[in-house]
Amino acid sequence: MSDDPILTVRDVQVSFPVGGLRKRDAILGVAGVSFDVRRGETFALVGESGSGKTTLARAVNGLQAISNGEITFEGQRIDGLDRKSMKPVRKRMSMMFQDPVGSLSPRMTVGDLVTEPFRIHGIEGRNLRDEAARLLSLVGLPTDFVSRFPHQLSGGQARRVGVARAIALDPALIIADEPTAGLDVSVQGEVLNLLNDLRERLGLAMMIITHNLHVVHHVADRTAVMYLGRFVEAGDTEEVFGAPRHPYTAALLSANPEPDPDKTHDRITLPAEVPSLLARPPGCEFHTRCPWAQPACSAKAPTPTQEGTRAVACHFPLEPGARPPTQSESAA
Amino acid sequence: MTTLAIDGLNVTFSTEDGPLHALKNVSFDVPENRIVGIVGESGCGKSTLINAILGLLADNGSIDSGSILFQGRDDLTKLGPAQMRDLRGPKISTVFQDPMGALNPVISVGQQMINIQYRSDISKQEKAQRAVDMLELVRIPDARAALARYPHQFSGGMKQRIAIAMALMMEPALLIADEPTTALDATLEVTTIELLKDLQQQIGCSVLFISHHLGVIAELCDDVVVMYAGEVVERGTVRQIFNDPRHPYTARLLECDPARQSERTRSLPTIPGEIPDLRARPRGCIFANRCHRVHDACAAPPPDHDVGDGHVARCFVANVPETVEATA
Repeated sequence: MSDDPILTVRDVQVSFPVGGLRKRDAILGVAGVSFDVRRGETFALVGESGSGKTTLARAVNGLQAISNGEITFEGQRIDGLDRKSMKPVRKRMSMMFQDPVGSLSPRMTVGDLVTEPFRIHGIEGRNLRDEAARLLSLVGLPTDFVSRFPHQLSGGQARRVGVARAIALDPALIIADEPTAGLDVSVQGEVLNLLNDLRERLGLAMMIITHNLHVVHHVADRTAVMYLGRFVEAGDTEEVFGAPRHPYTAALLSANPEPDPDKTHDRITLPAEVPSLLARPPGCEFHTRCPWAQPACSAKAPTPTQEGTRAVACHFPLEPGARPPTQSESAA
Repeated sequence: MTTLAIDGLNVTFSTEDGPLHALKNVSFDVPENRIVGIVGESGCGKSTLINAILGLLADNGSIDSGSILFQGRDDLTKLGPAQMRDLRGPKISTVFQDPMGALNPVISVGQQMINIQYRSDISKQEKAQRAVDMLELVRIPDARAALARYPHQFSGGMKQRIAIAMALMMEPALLIADEPTTALDATLEVTTIELLKDLQQQIGCSVLFISHHLGVIAELCDDVVVMYAGEVVERGTVRQIFNDPRHPYTARLLECDPARQSERTRSLPTIPGEIPDLRARPRGCIFANRCHRVHDACAAPPPDHDVGDGHVARCFVANVPETVEATA
C-alpha cells in the first residue's frame, strides 16, 4: 500500500430531479463528498440504505452523472466522460454489483460470463477458454464450472463468478457493492478472504460498500461513514472503530448486534427519524437525532475538520467513551 | 398450546434434472408467545419452509409427507386454497425484507391500511382509527397525518415499521418475519427488533423470525432453529444454541461470525467445502463432507439426538460437546 491515490473524489454531488411539471425540485443523493482511495488499500463506505453509498459508487464508475465536483482516476479526469471514452477506464476500474445471481445473465454459461469482459472490450489474441480456466482457478472454482449456468450455482459460487468477471481485465480498482449481502457468515468469510487475497496478489485497490460493521472492521484499511449523502466521519478503520468522534458513528457502533444472548448492551439510542432528503434539516443534518445536539448545531453546518488521519464533520466531536447526556443534563 | 407444530415435513420440487429434495424431515415447534429464529445460509430452505407454511409453494413443489399443525387444530398441509386464504392475514401474517415491495406505491398508506381490514365489519371511521392506533404503536410520528401520505414519503425504517403495523393489524397468532431488518442500518435494525419484541408481547403472538444475522437472532429470539441444506440440524433455546452448540455446523457457523473475532484479522474463518447437490442427497449425514468430526457412523442417517431440555441436534456425536472431545 502506498500513499499514492489511485482515485480522487472531490466535492462530488449527485442530484436527482423530483416533482412533476408544476413544481420542479431536486434532491441531493450525494451532497458533496471528497475522498481518496490509495493503491492497494481497502476503503469501506458504511451507512444505512438511502444514505447515498450506491449512488456514490455508481458516480465513481460513471454509471451516474454527477452535478458537481471532480473525479480523477489514475491521473485522468473521468467525470463527464461519454460512454466511448469511459470504456477504457472501466477496464481499469471494475464493479461488482449487489445480488450475485441477479447480476449474472441466466442464459450464459459461467465460461461465457467470465470472458464476457474480453468480448465487450474487443480484446483479441487471447484464448478465451484458457482465460476462463485461469480466472476460475484464481477465484477458487473448479475449471469444469465453465459449462454451468448461474442457476446451478450456490450464492457463494455466484459471488466468485462475479469476482472473476471483475478481475478479468486486470483492473487497478474494484468497487464492490454489498459483496456479502445475503450470504451466511461462513460463505461471507470465503468471499472476503478471496477479495483480500486477490487484493494482495494482484495489487488491487478496493472500495467496499456495506452496512455490516463487523465485516468493515476486519477488512477495511480506511472507513467512511455516510449520512444523508455526506461523510460524517472518515479515517483509519482501527481509529474510527476504537474511538468514534462523530455521534452517528458512535451510535452505529453501539447498536451493532452481537451474537451473544447474554451480552448487556450499553446503547446510544437515536431519537426521531431519518430526515427526508426533500427536507434536509438546517445546520448539522444529524442534529435532529443527535443526543448531544446543542443550539449551535441547528444554526450552522459543520465543516469536516481533519485530525491526523481522520476527518469529522461535527461541531462537538466526542471524547473517547463519551456517553449521551441524560435528560436533566441536556435540559440544563 | 403450540402455535405451530411442524413434524416430519418433506418438500420436493420437480426439476428438469430430477426431483430436488428441498426440505427433509423438518420438525420443530413455534410455542405460543415465543420468538423462534431460523438461521441458515441462502439456499438452505428457509424460504421454502415459509412458503410451505403459507401454502404458497411454487407449482412444481409438493409436500410429500409431514404435517404443519396450526394452533393444534388445522393441518396446513391439508387445507384447501380457500381455507388457507382465511388464515393468511387474520391468523398468519408476514413481513418481508423489502418494505417497498410490500406497500403499494400509488395508494396512500391510510387507504392501504383501511383496505386490508376488508374482512372486519366495523365502519370506515373505525378502520381509520384502528390504522392510526397501529401506526402510533409502531411509533410513526403524527400518525393521523401519516394516513394521507404515500410510501415514498417515509424513510426505509418507517416503511418497514408500517409494514409491521399492517401485518399485526388483525392481531395474528403467528407473524412470519423474513429478514425484516436486512436492509436497515445497525441503529434502525436495533430499533426495529426492539419494537418487534414489544409488539409481540403486547399482542401476544408468536413470531417466526428468519435471518442470517446471528447477532440479531441472539438478541431477539427465545428459541433458535439452525437449518442446513434443507434439514434442521439443531434446535434449542437461544442460550443452548449460542453457548453450547452441539451440531458441528452450528459450532462452525458461530466461529465464522466476524463479530466473534475480537482481534482484527484479514483471514476470516470459513467452513471449507460446498453444500451437497440436493438432487442427490447423501444417504447419511448431510454435513459429513464438510465436518471435522466425521467418522464411519456418519454414512448412516444421523438421529435427532435430544441432549436435554428440548435441545436437539441431528448428529451422532451431539452428546459429546466439542470442548470435551478436544481435551479427552
